[in-house]
Amino acid sequence: MTKTRTRGLRLIGLAALLVVAALAAVSCGGDDNEGSGTTTAAAEANMPTSIGAGEGQVNLIAWAGYVEDGSNYPDYDWVTPYEKQTGCKVNFKQANSSDEMVTLMRTGNYDGVSASGDASLRLVAGEDVSPVNVDLVPNYADIYPSLKNQPYNTVDGVHYGIPHGRGANLLMWRTDVVKPNPTSWGVVYDTSSPYKGKITDYGRPIYIADAAVYLKSTQPDLKITDPYELDEDQFNAAVDLLKKQRPLVGEFWTDAAKQITAFTNKDQVLGTTWQYQVNTLQASKPPVPVKAILPKEGSTGWSDTWMISSSAKHPNCMYKWMNHIASPKSQALVAEYFGEAPANPKACALTSVKNHCEIFHANDEAYFDKVYEWQTPVKDCGDDRGDECMDYSEWSRAWTEIVG
Amino acid sequence: MTVSAGAKAPPRPGPGRRFSTFLSARPKLQLALLLAAPVAWLVVAYLGSLAVLFVSAFWQVDALTTEIVHTFTLQNFEDILQGDVYRTITLRTVGMAAAVTVTDALIAFPIAFYMAKVASPRTRRLLVVAILMPLWASYLVKVYAWRIILSEQGILNWALEPFGLKGPGLGAGNVAPWLVFSYIWLPYMILPVYAGLERIPDSLLEASSDLGARSLRTFRRVVLPIAFPALVAGSIFTFSLTLGDYIIPLQVSSKQFIGNVVYDNVGVANNLPFAAAYATVPVLIMIVYLGVARKLGAFRSL
Amino acid sequence: MAKSGLARWLLGGVTALTLAFIYFPLVVIGLYAFNDNITQAWPIQGYTLKWFGRALDNEAVRQAFWLSVKAGLGATALAIVLGTLASLAVQRFQFFGRETISFLVILPIALPGIVTGIALNATFNEVLGPIGIQFGLFTIIVGHATFCIVVVYNNVLARLRRTAPSLEEASADLGADTWQTFRHVLLPQLGTAILAGALLAFALSFDEVIVTTFTAGNQQTLPLWIFANISRPNQLPIINVVALFVIVISIIPVYLAQRLTEEPRGIGGGRAPAGPEP
Repeated sequence: MTKTRTRGLRLIGLAALLVVAALAAVSCGGDDNEGSGTTTAAAEANMPTSIGAGEGQVNLIAWAGYVEDGSNYPDYDWVTPYEKQTGCKVNFKQANSSDEMVTLMRTGNYDGVSASGDASLRLVAGEDVSPVNVDLVPNYADIYPSLKNQPYNTVDGVHYGIPHGRGANLLMWRTDVVKPNPTSWGVVYDTSSPYKGKITDYGRPIYIADAAVYLKSTQPDLKITDPYELDEDQFNAAVDLLKKQRPLVGEFWTDAAKQITAFTNKDQVLGTTWQYQVNTLQASKPPVPVKAILPKEGSTGWSDTWMISSSAKHPNCMYKWMNHIASPKSQALVAEYFGEAPANPKACALTSVKNHCEIFHANDEAYFDKVYEWQTPVKDCGDDRGDECMDYSEWSRAWTEIVG
Repeated sequence: MTVSAGAKAPPRPGPGRRFSTFLSARPKLQLALLLAAPVAWLVVAYLGSLAVLFVSAFWQVDALTTEIVHTFTLQNFEDILQGDVYRTITLRTVGMAAAVTVTDALIAFPIAFYMAKVASPRTRRLLVVAILMPLWASYLVKVYAWRIILSEQGILNWALEPFGLKGPGLGAGNVAPWLVFSYIWLPYMILPVYAGLERIPDSLLEASSDLGARSLRTFRRVVLPIAFPALVAGSIFTFSLTLGDYIIPLQVSSKQFIGNVVYDNVGVANNLPFAAAYATVPVLIMIVYLGVARKLGAFRSL
Repeated sequence: MAKSGLARWLLGGVTALTLAFIYFPLVVIGLYAFNDNITQAWPIQGYTLKWFGRALDNEAVRQAFWLSVKAGLGATALAIVLGTLASLAVQRFQFFGRETISFLVILPIALPGIVTGIALNATFNEVLGPIGIQFGLFTIIVGHATFCIVVVYNNVLARLRRTAPSLEEASADLGADTWQTFRHVLLPQLGTAILAGALLAFALSFDEVIVTTFTAGNQQTLPLWIFANISRPNQLPIINVVALFVIVISIIPVYLAQRLTEEPRGIGGGRAPAGPEP
């Protein structure tokens, strides 16, 4: 028995040694993985100068409704023409939040992503995306000048993506339940609301900016100018507002389909949404009675950019995709299907609803002044407050407390 | 031609037989060979992975680049211990796991007893198949079916409407997740309890009745003590599965459970260190639970 | 225990109610596989068979289905080997750390799936990535096998407890070597226990989603396909069809396995459990 005991002990000891060795390997290996910081100039020097033949497939991460192959509605298909033209098969992974997109891109398994402003700079900083040689994307030349050279898609003069389109987050309600028609975000923050338990918020920390947008109008003494650059007082005010709102919220949605089902079944009747859900609900059989507006305080929104992964295995197909999705025909289809302002003005003549671009304020900078596009909160306030602002990790932490 | 009398020399044993003889004289070598692969897998691969994960709980993530910064820090654990919300979430999850376990035990026992002791062999076979079938129905689709059932305009409310009643609804409550959890994990409780009850010899129950005990007494004094380890064994599954699940809360509740916090941090926010730190909570809870379960004899009744 | 008529009836009634509870959502799934409308609203307005055709045509579903089958078979095979080895060691030998093996084996299934998932994911990234092994079928199998071992282990262990070692000793006395004893004496006794464990292991692997999310990389098993498509409004009917299909095709194998694994009264004495032991 003693011998077996010793043998058993030796076995366990050996196992422990192996575990320790694994740990050591990992810790050492980890340090080696820290990439040497390539300057943007060096990165720019590595950009391709020409597009070769397609590699046969392309792996995309995108928002719901951005990559349609006709399986949802036969008329809305901009994937099949691309596949026929380039021979690149499209593999589409739907992501429901910018956080998810950043995480997926970090795996290195995808070729490109339609990144909103709160993802794009994180991807650039994390070296998950490569600069884009816009000369290789002919349709880029047509893009609205107001979308080019923006802080979320251009760093130090280097372009990191092709604009896709932009839009606002809207306030949607079921017209047969919520009366009278709301005009302000106040309806979702009203603690005596008759719709308690049926109000819905977007389920990611970036939603704190929506509270900040509301406070910008209702509590001017907080002096909020940019809802993503919140110092401690402003941030705490926004978080408190959301904590007070918490009992009213029945669902935090990130999944568009789930919100569509919730509104169809009257599980939720009021809250923030994308035009995509509004379109789908109004087009369903039978149509669901909903309406959506941009409330008077303004709203958050997003401006999306197609970016190419720094570990893209199919870069030629990706460049071809970026050019294809920026083409007037595709832009018209996706802008109508999703419900957003296209990035290419030539799409405006091709939409089936003639004044689609006017409805969505495609070149209306005054409108988009009231739309605060998603961007990543960072410590540097970007004004004379200096490094006083809350960064995204604080937002994430506060968000867990808000949801509870 | 001479035929040599006497026994022929026995043929030399083949290599397999020689190795087998070699082995049978060395039980410890047999043991080592048997254990080598499983131990390598479980200890090195699995425990090693867990160790790697928990090492990262002492690191942090850069907010902008989401790269892991390999500097030792206890910040993650401090945040968890100091944040009220993490305590709330842990208690809520543990409470739910306990409620689901008790519920499943209560539901599983009658049907398991019927299958083990009352049903004819043919019925028993059909019942076992009937209990196993739902395991093949996709977990996700079953949860989605519950969404249809519990929805505001769903089946449950439709059925209750003539009586003026209303179902729990999806959203802020605890009833919906409790219902769905209990439903989904039920087979994992029924099967061990059934196996445990099956092991009770009929003669024992007959003897108890011969000695004058009525059904309830026999149940309390004979059946329950013998079946208890099996109940504990089943509870391991219902408890641990509820403790770590994040999909059901996402679908039928707006509250966060332990699994949601871990998933949000690793699958969405890419903050693996914090997720690893918070993941120590359910792991510690389960290790304690398993220890208690072993003492209660559950491991022999799995 | 007097199985009085009343007690029998009561128990039977409760059993029937429980079965109704268990099968109610499955019936709902079945109904919605024929739902004419894309949105999952109640009541169902019209019925159709068109989703069955769409599901069959859908290449992604077919690929996901086969990947799940392959992963299940691989994981089950590994679980059989490792589980049997471990249970033989634990049952037939006395050694330090014997209790720990049972604990170790159950750990992967007792710890939350997300913990197992992210731990394996981190390890695959650090260890397999540098040597060039990508996420895919191999990593899926590794992840699944880890928590499937316990299912086979428990079944075989329970069976070993009830088989008398005297049979193996007799076999050895009669001149059989270790392999012959294993093949002709031990394996037949363990056979149905292994089969029962294997079937349950396959079921666990086939429907697993949480660990697979973190170990599949780009690949999609059937549950992952469902997970990805359940958030696309127009795919929900196909998902119901797929779920219904899996339920239906598994009835026969489960029934057959159940018949095969029922033990006749025999070696070891006493009444032996007739069902798989998870």
